[in-house]
Amino acid sequence: MKIAIASGKGGTGKSTVAANLACTLALSREVALVDCDVEEPNLHLFFPDSAEDVPVTTLVPEIDPALCTLCGECGKFCRFGALSVLKDRVLLFPELCHSCGGCSLVCPQGAIREVPRTIGRVACSCPLSRLTLVSGVLNEGEVMAPTVIRAAKMLAEGHPLILYDASPGIACPVIETLEGVDACILVTESTPFGLHDLRLAAEVVESTGIPAGVVINRSDGRDEETLDFCRERGLPILMTIPFSREIAAIQNRGGLICRDLPGWEERFADLFEAVVKIAGVNP
Amino acid sequence: MIVGITARAAGTDAPVEQRFGRAPYFVFVDTETGKAESIENPLVDAAGGVGPRAVQMFSEHGATVVITGQVGGNAARALGMGGIKAYAYRGSGSVADALAEYTAGNLQLLPL
Ligand code: SF4
Ligand code: SF4
Repeated sequence: MKIAIASGKGGTGKSTVAANLACTLALSREVALVDCDVEEPNLHLFFPDSAEDVPVTTLVPEIDPALCTLCGECGKFCRFGALSVLKDRVLLFPELCHSCGGCSLVCPQGAIREVPRTIGRVACSCPLSRLTLVSGVLNEGEVMAPTVIRAAKMLAEGHPLILYDASPGIACPVIETLEGVDACILVTESTPFGLHDLRLAAEVVESTGIPAGVVINRSDGRDEETLDFCRERGLPILMTIPFSREIAAIQNRGGLICRDLPGWEERFADLFEAVVKIAGVNP
Repeated sequence: MIVGITARAAGTDAPVEQRFGRAPYFVFVDTETGKAESIENPLVDAAGGVGPRAVQMFSEHGATVVITGQVGGNAARALGMGGIKAYAYRGSGSVADALAEYTAGNLQLLPL
Protein backbone atom coordinates (compact mmCIF):
# COMPACT_ATOMS: atom_id res chain seq x y z
CA MET A 1 0.00 0.00 0.00
CA LYS A 2 1.19 3.49 -0.85
CA ILE A 3 0.26 6.59 1.13
CA ALA A 4 1.22 10.18 0.31
CA ILE A 5 1.36 12.94 2.91
CA ALA A 6 0.84 16.36 1.36
CA SER A 7 -0.07 19.93 2.22
CA GLY A 8 -0.85 23.08 0.28
CA LYS A 9 2.11 24.93 1.79
CA GLY A 10 5.17 24.39 3.94
CA GLY A 11 5.29 24.52 7.72
CA THR A 12 2.01 22.71 8.43
CA GLY A 13 3.80 19.85 10.14
CA LYS A 14 3.49 17.49 7.19
CA SER A 15 6.90 15.92 7.76
CA THR A 16 6.20 15.51 11.46
CA VAL A 17 3.03 13.58 10.67
CA ALA A 18 4.92 11.44 8.14
CA ALA A 19 7.76 10.72 10.57
CA ASN A 20 5.44 9.85 13.47
CA LEU A 21 3.32 7.61 11.29
CA ALA A 22 6.37 5.80 9.92
CA CYS A 23 7.91 5.39 13.36
CA THR A 24 4.67 3.99 14.78
CA LEU A 25 4.15 1.56 11.88
CA ALA A 26 7.77 0.36 12.09
CA LEU A 27 7.03 -1.04 15.55
CA SER A 28 4.90 -3.76 14.01
CA ARG A 29 5.77 -4.06 10.32
CA GLU A 30 8.15 -3.23 7.49
CA VAL A 31 7.71 0.32 6.24
CA ALA A 32 9.52 2.49 3.71
CA LEU A 33 9.42 6.25 4.17
CA VAL A 34 10.28 8.28 1.08
CA ASP A 35 11.19 11.95 1.37
CA CYS A 36 9.89 13.43 -1.89
CA ASP A 37 10.45 17.02 -0.76
CA VAL A 38 13.68 16.88 -2.74
CA GLU A 39 14.39 20.59 -2.60
CA GLU A 40 14.43 20.54 1.17
CA PRO A 41 14.41 16.99 2.48
CA ASN A 42 14.20 16.92 6.27
CA LEU A 43 13.00 13.47 7.36
CA HIS A 44 16.58 12.35 8.00
CA LEU A 45 16.64 14.87 10.85
CA PHE A 46 14.09 12.71 12.71
CA PHE A 47 16.03 9.52 11.92
CA PRO A 48 19.75 10.26 11.97
CA ASP A 49 21.74 7.38 10.50
CA SER A 50 24.51 6.80 8.00
CA ALA A 51 23.11 6.61 4.47
CA GLU A 52 24.07 5.02 1.17
CA ASP A 53 23.99 7.48 -1.74
CA VAL A 54 22.88 6.71 -5.28
CA PRO A 55 23.46 9.50 -7.82
CA VAL A 56 20.57 10.70 -9.98
CA THR A 57 21.48 11.73 -13.48
CA THR A 58 19.70 13.28 -16.41
CA LEU A 59 20.75 13.58 -20.05
CA VAL A 60 22.01 16.90 -21.36
CA PRO A 61 23.26 17.75 -24.85
CA GLU A 62 26.93 17.76 -25.73
CA ILE A 63 27.84 19.60 -28.89
CA ASP A 64 30.65 18.51 -31.18
CA PRO A 65 32.22 21.80 -32.33
CA ALA A 66 33.78 20.02 -35.31
CA LEU A 67 30.32 19.22 -36.72
CA CYS A 68 28.34 22.26 -35.53
CA THR A 69 27.77 24.96 -38.17
CA LEU A 70 26.26 27.41 -35.64
CA CYS A 71 23.00 27.32 -37.61
CA GLY A 72 21.04 28.28 -34.48
CA GLU A 73 18.32 25.62 -34.79
CA CYS A 74 18.94 24.01 -31.39
CA GLY A 75 18.78 27.33 -29.54
CA LYS A 76 15.56 28.29 -31.34
CA PHE A 77 14.04 24.94 -30.54
CA CYS A 78 14.85 24.76 -26.81
CA ARG A 79 11.97 26.46 -25.05
CA PHE A 80 13.80 26.30 -21.74
CA GLY A 81 16.60 28.58 -22.91
CA ALA A 82 19.22 25.99 -22.11
CA LEU A 83 21.07 26.65 -25.37
CA SER A 84 22.31 29.94 -26.73
CA VAL A 85 23.93 29.85 -30.15
CA LEU A 86 26.53 32.62 -30.31
CA LYS A 87 28.83 33.74 -33.12
CA ASP A 88 31.58 31.25 -32.39
CA ARG A 89 30.08 28.59 -30.10
CA VAL A 90 26.94 27.07 -28.61
CA LEU A 91 26.58 27.90 -24.94
CA LEU A 92 24.80 25.32 -22.77
CA PHE A 93 23.05 26.12 -19.47
CA PRO A 94 22.83 22.57 -18.13
CA GLU A 95 20.72 23.50 -15.10
CA LEU A 96 18.01 24.90 -17.43
CA CYS A 97 17.90 21.73 -19.57
CA HIS A 98 14.81 19.55 -19.09
CA SER A 99 16.33 16.60 -20.99
CA CYS A 100 13.61 16.55 -23.62
CA GLY A 101 16.13 15.37 -26.22
CA GLY A 102 14.65 17.69 -28.84
CA CYS A 103 17.82 19.59 -29.66
CA SER A 104 19.63 16.46 -30.76
CA LEU A 105 16.68 15.67 -33.06
CA VAL A 106 16.50 19.10 -34.69
CA CYS A 107 20.24 19.51 -35.23
CA PRO A 108 20.68 19.16 -39.02
CA GLN A 109 24.36 18.30 -38.61
CA GLY A 110 24.00 15.52 -36.07
CA ALA A 111 26.38 17.50 -33.90
CA ILE A 112 24.50 16.89 -30.65
CA ARG A 113 24.70 13.79 -28.52
CA GLU A 114 23.27 13.31 -25.04
CA VAL A 115 25.47 12.73 -22.02
CA PRO A 116 24.50 12.07 -18.39
CA ARG A 117 24.85 14.78 -15.77
CA THR A 118 24.33 14.40 -12.02
CA ILE A 119 21.51 16.58 -10.66
CA GLY A 120 21.00 15.02 -7.25
CA ARG A 121 21.07 11.81 -5.27
CA VAL A 122 18.92 9.39 -3.37
CA ALA A 123 20.10 8.58 0.15
CA CYS A 124 19.01 5.23 1.64
CA SER A 125 19.27 4.26 5.30
CA CYS A 126 17.74 1.87 7.85
CA PRO A 127 17.45 4.02 10.96
CA LEU A 128 15.10 1.55 12.74
CA SER A 129 15.05 -2.20 12.35
CA ARG A 130 11.88 -2.18 10.25
CA LEU A 131 12.14 1.29 8.75
CA THR A 132 13.81 2.11 5.44
CA LEU A 133 14.29 5.80 4.80
CA VAL A 134 14.75 6.92 1.19
CA SER A 135 15.51 10.62 0.74
CA GLY A 136 15.61 12.35 -2.62
CA VAL A 137 18.04 15.27 -2.72
CA LEU A 138 18.02 17.76 -5.60
CA ASN A 139 21.30 19.65 -5.98
CA GLU A 140 21.29 23.41 -5.44
CA GLY A 141 20.25 25.37 -8.54
CA GLU A 142 18.74 22.38 -10.34
CA VAL A 143 15.18 22.41 -11.71
CA MET A 144 14.38 18.75 -12.37
CA ALA A 145 12.76 17.84 -9.05
CA PRO A 146 10.41 15.25 -10.64
CA THR A 147 13.39 13.21 -11.91
CA VAL A 148 14.84 12.89 -8.40
CA ILE A 149 11.39 12.10 -6.95
CA ARG A 150 10.93 9.36 -9.54
CA ALA A 151 14.34 7.90 -8.66
CA ALA A 152 13.56 7.96 -4.93
CA LYS A 153 10.19 6.29 -5.46
CA MET A 154 11.79 3.69 -7.70
CA LEU A 155 14.30 2.77 -4.99
CA ALA A 156 11.51 2.18 -2.49
CA GLU A 157 9.45 0.19 -4.96
CA GLY A 158 8.67 -3.35 -3.86
CA HIS A 159 8.18 -2.51 -0.18
CA PRO A 160 4.74 -3.67 0.95
CA LEU A 161 4.02 -0.38 2.72
CA ILE A 162 5.37 2.93 1.46
CA LEU A 163 4.82 6.45 2.80
CA TYR A 164 5.68 9.41 0.58
CA ASP A 165 6.28 12.81 2.11
CA ALA A 166 5.41 15.22 -0.72
CA SER A 167 6.90 18.66 -1.18
CA PRO A 168 4.67 21.52 -0.02
CA GLY A 169 2.53 23.26 -2.63
CA ILE A 170 0.68 22.00 -5.66
CA ALA A 171 3.28 22.08 -8.46
CA CYS A 172 4.66 19.25 -10.65
CA PRO A 173 6.74 17.65 -7.87
CA VAL A 174 3.53 16.95 -5.92
CA ILE A 175 1.83 15.46 -8.96
CA GLU A 176 4.87 13.25 -9.48
CA THR A 177 4.70 12.14 -5.84
CA LEU A 178 0.98 11.34 -6.05
CA GLU A 179 1.46 9.12 -9.09
CA GLY A 180 0.41 5.59 -8.18
CA VAL A 181 -0.55 6.16 -4.53
CA ASP A 182 -3.60 4.53 -2.89
CA ALA A 183 -4.49 7.31 -0.47
CA CYS A 184 -3.41 10.80 0.46
CA ILE A 185 -3.23 12.47 3.86
CA LEU A 186 -3.62 16.26 3.65
CA VAL A 187 -2.08 18.09 6.58
CA THR A 188 -3.47 21.51 7.43
CA GLU A 189 -3.69 24.07 10.20
CA SER A 190 -6.95 25.62 11.31
CA THR A 191 -6.12 29.17 10.23
CA PRO A 192 -7.64 31.12 7.32
CA PHE A 193 -4.35 30.70 5.42
CA GLY A 194 -4.31 27.02 6.27
CA LEU A 195 -7.78 26.62 4.82
CA HIS A 196 -6.86 28.46 1.66
CA ASP A 197 -3.91 26.14 1.08
CA LEU A 198 -5.94 23.07 1.99
CA ARG A 199 -8.50 24.07 -0.62
CA LEU A 200 -5.80 24.18 -3.33
CA ALA A 201 -4.27 20.90 -2.23
CA ALA A 202 -7.68 19.22 -2.04
CA GLU A 203 -8.44 20.32 -5.60
CA VAL A 204 -5.22 18.79 -6.90
CA VAL A 205 -5.80 15.50 -5.12
CA GLU A 206 -9.42 15.46 -6.25
CA SER A 207 -8.30 15.86 -9.86
CA THR A 208 -6.13 12.75 -9.50
CA GLY A 209 -9.05 10.76 -8.10
CA ILE A 210 -6.99 9.53 -5.14
CA PRO A 211 -8.98 9.03 -1.91
CA ALA A 212 -7.93 11.61 0.67
CA GLY A 213 -8.48 12.62 4.26
CA VAL A 214 -7.34 15.49 6.45
CA VAL A 215 -5.12 15.82 9.51
CA ILE A 216 -5.61 19.08 11.37
CA ASN A 217 -2.37 20.07 13.05
CA ARG A 218 -1.80 22.65 15.79
CA SER A 219 -5.54 22.88 16.31
CA ASP A 220 -6.70 25.59 18.70
CA GLY A 221 -10.07 23.86 18.99
CA ARG A 222 -11.79 26.34 16.70
CA ASP A 223 -11.71 24.37 13.47
CA GLU A 224 -15.29 25.03 12.31
CA GLU A 225 -14.36 26.51 8.94
CA THR A 226 -12.00 23.66 8.16
CA LEU A 227 -14.56 21.11 9.32
CA ASP A 228 -17.25 22.74 7.16
CA PHE A 229 -14.98 22.67 4.15
CA CYS A 230 -14.09 19.01 4.69
CA ARG A 231 -17.72 18.04 5.09
CA GLU A 232 -18.62 19.89 1.91
CA ARG A 233 -15.87 18.09 -0.01
CA GLY A 234 -16.48 14.72 1.58
CA LEU A 235 -13.01 14.69 3.10
CA PRO A 236 -12.92 12.72 6.36
CA ILE A 237 -10.96 14.17 9.31
CA LEU A 238 -8.45 11.45 10.06
CA MET A 239 -6.81 13.03 13.09
CA THR A 240 -6.60 16.27 15.04
CA ILE A 241 -3.37 17.24 16.77
CA PRO A 242 -4.00 20.00 19.31
CA PHE A 243 -1.74 22.96 19.78
CA SER A 244 0.15 22.35 23.00
CA ARG A 245 3.44 23.53 24.44
CA GLU A 246 4.38 19.99 25.26
CA ILE A 247 3.98 18.81 21.65
CA ALA A 248 5.71 21.91 20.30
CA ALA A 249 8.66 21.41 22.64
CA ILE A 250 9.17 17.81 21.52
CA GLN A 251 8.89 18.73 17.86
CA ASN A 252 11.20 21.73 18.17
CA ARG A 253 14.02 19.51 19.32
CA GLY A 254 13.37 17.08 16.46
CA GLY A 255 11.61 14.52 18.66
CA LEU A 256 8.64 12.34 17.76
CA ILE A 257 5.49 12.55 19.85
CA CYS A 258 4.62 8.93 19.12
CA ARG A 259 7.79 8.00 20.99
CA ASP A 260 8.01 10.72 23.61
CA LEU A 261 4.41 11.40 24.59
CA PRO A 262 2.10 8.70 26.00
CA GLY A 263 -0.98 7.96 23.92
CA TRP A 264 0.32 9.19 20.58
CA GLU A 265 1.62 5.90 19.30
CA GLU A 266 -1.94 4.59 19.53
CA ARG A 267 -3.31 7.67 17.80
CA PHE A 268 -0.94 7.32 14.89
CA ALA A 269 -1.83 3.63 14.66
CA ASP A 270 -5.48 4.76 14.47
CA LEU A 271 -4.55 7.27 11.77
CA PHE A 272 -3.16 4.41 9.71
CA GLU A 273 -6.34 2.37 10.19
CA ALA A 274 -8.39 5.38 9.06
CA VAL A 275 -6.25 5.78 5.94
CA VAL A 276 -6.56 2.09 5.13
CA LYS A 277 -10.30 2.49 5.33
CA ILE A 278 -10.50 5.43 2.89
CA ALA A 279 -8.05 3.73 0.51
CA GLY A 280 -10.24 0.64 0.43
CA VAL A 281 -7.25 -1.66 -0.17
CA ASN A 282 -5.57 -4.38 1.83
CA PRO A 283 -2.72 -2.80 3.79
CA MET B 1 28.33 48.57 -35.50
CA ILE B 2 24.90 47.23 -34.54
CA VAL B 3 23.39 48.35 -31.23
CA GLY B 4 20.37 46.41 -29.90
CA ILE B 5 18.00 48.24 -27.59
CA THR B 6 15.14 46.71 -25.58
CA ALA B 7 11.92 48.63 -26.24
CA ARG B 8 8.20 48.68 -25.45
CA ALA B 9 7.20 49.13 -29.10
CA ALA B 10 8.70 49.22 -32.59
CA GLY B 11 10.82 52.09 -33.91
CA THR B 12 13.37 54.46 -32.42
CA ASP B 13 10.68 56.67 -30.84
CA ALA B 14 9.48 53.82 -28.64
CA PRO B 15 10.25 54.01 -24.92
CA VAL B 16 13.13 51.88 -23.67
CA GLU B 17 12.09 48.72 -21.79
CA GLN B 18 14.01 47.93 -18.60
CA ARG B 19 13.61 44.16 -18.82
CA PHE B 20 16.00 42.37 -21.14
CA GLY B 21 14.58 38.96 -22.11
CA ARG B 22 10.95 39.99 -21.72
CA ALA B 23 11.08 43.28 -23.58
CA PRO B 24 8.19 43.41 -26.11
CA TYR B 25 10.51 44.63 -28.89
CA PHE B 26 14.16 44.69 -29.79
CA VAL B 27 15.30 47.62 -31.91
CA PHE B 28 18.57 47.10 -33.78
CA VAL B 29 20.28 50.25 -34.98
CA ASP B 30 23.20 50.27 -37.39
CA THR B 31 25.31 53.19 -36.15
CA GLU B 32 27.01 53.64 -39.56
CA THR B 33 23.89 53.94 -41.69
CA GLY B 34 21.44 55.02 -38.97
CA LYS B 35 19.04 52.30 -40.19
CA ALA B 36 16.80 50.74 -37.53
CA GLU B 37 15.15 47.34 -37.57
CA SER B 38 12.47 46.40 -34.99
CA ILE B 39 11.80 42.81 -34.02
CA GLU B 40 8.82 41.68 -32.00
CA ASN B 41 10.11 39.52 -29.15
CA PRO B 42 8.40 36.10 -29.26
CA LEU B 43 9.58 35.42 -25.70
CA VAL B 44 7.48 38.02 -23.85
CA ASP B 45 5.14 35.35 -22.55
CA ALA B 46 7.57 32.43 -22.47
CA ALA B 47 7.67 30.44 -19.26
CA GLY B 48 11.37 30.66 -18.55
CA GLY B 49 14.88 30.63 -19.90
CA VAL B 50 14.24 33.82 -21.85
CA GLY B 51 17.69 35.32 -21.19
CA PRO B 52 19.85 32.91 -23.17
CA ARG B 53 17.33 32.82 -26.02
CA ALA B 54 17.19 36.60 -26.24
CA VAL B 55 20.98 36.69 -26.39
CA GLN B 56 20.88 34.33 -29.36
CA MET B 57 18.56 36.78 -31.15
CA PHE B 58 20.92 39.67 -30.49
CA SER B 59 23.80 37.54 -31.71
CA GLU B 60 21.90 36.59 -34.88
CA HIS B 61 21.26 40.23 -35.65
CA GLY B 62 24.94 40.97 -35.33
CA ALA B 63 24.58 43.23 -32.31
CA THR B 64 27.80 43.83 -30.40
CA VAL B 65 26.25 46.28 -27.95
CA VAL B 66 23.02 45.98 -25.97
CA ILE B 67 21.25 48.82 -24.19
CA THR B 68 18.72 47.74 -21.58
CA GLY B 69 17.75 48.22 -17.93
CA GLN B 70 19.04 45.06 -16.37
CA VAL B 71 20.07 41.52 -17.33
CA GLY B 72 19.70 38.28 -15.38
CA GLY B 73 22.51 35.87 -14.53
CA ASN B 74 22.16 33.46 -17.46
CA ALA B 75 21.71 36.25 -19.98
CA ALA B 76 24.75 38.02 -18.55
CA ARG B 77 26.83 34.87 -18.96
CA ALA B 78 25.67 34.38 -22.54
CA LEU B 79 26.32 38.04 -23.42
CA GLY B 80 29.77 37.81 -21.84
CA MET B 81 30.63 34.61 -23.73
CA GLY B 82 29.24 36.07 -26.94
CA GLY B 83 31.39 39.18 -26.63
CA ILE B 84 28.34 41.45 -26.51
CA LYS B 85 28.66 44.49 -24.26
CA ALA B 86 25.62 45.54 -22.23
CA TYR B 87 25.00 49.12 -21.14
CA ALA B 88 22.46 50.27 -18.57
CA TYR B 89 19.87 52.87 -19.50
CA ARG B 90 17.58 53.58 -16.57
CA GLY B 91 15.91 56.72 -17.93
CA SER B 92 12.39 56.95 -19.27
CA GLY B 93 13.38 58.21 -22.71
CA SER B 94 13.05 56.68 -26.17
CA VAL B 95 15.30 54.29 -28.03
CA ALA B 96 16.81 57.29 -29.83
CA ASP B 97 17.46 59.04 -26.50
CA ALA B 98 19.21 55.97 -25.12
CA LEU B 99 21.32 55.70 -28.25
CA ALA B 100 22.32 59.38 -27.98
CA GLU B 101 23.33 58.86 -24.34
CA TYR B 102 25.37 55.84 -25.39
CA THR B 103 27.12 57.72 -28.20
CA ALA B 104 27.89 60.56 -25.79
CA GLY B 105 29.57 58.00 -23.51
CA ASN B 106 27.13 58.59 -20.64
CA LEU B 107 26.01 54.99 -20.10
CA GLN B 108 27.53 52.57 -17.58
CA LEU B 109 28.59 49.07 -18.57
CA LEU B 110 26.56 46.35 -16.88
CA PRO B 111 28.76 43.80 -15.13
CA LEU B 112 28.70 40.50 -17.08
S1 SF4 C 1 17.44 18.42 -24.30
FE1 SF4 C 1 15.63 19.71 -24.55
S2 SF4 C 1 15.71 21.05 -22.78
FE2 SF4 C 1 17.74 20.16 -22.95
S3 SF4 C 1 18.88 21.63 -24.17
FE3 SF4 C 1 18.03 20.12 -25.59
S4 SF4 C 1 16.11 21.05 -26.29
FE4 SF4 C 1 16.73 22.12 -24.43
S1 SF4 D 1 21.48 22.77 -34.32
FE1 SF4 D 1 23.38 21.62 -34.45
S2 SF4 D 1 24.57 22.64 -36.03
FE2 SF4 D 1 22.92 24.03 -35.45
S3 SF4 D 1 23.82 25.34 -33.88
FE3 SF4 D 1 22.85 23.64 -32.83
S4 SF4 D 1 24.47 22.14 -32.58
FE4 SF4 D 1 25.16 23.56 -34.12
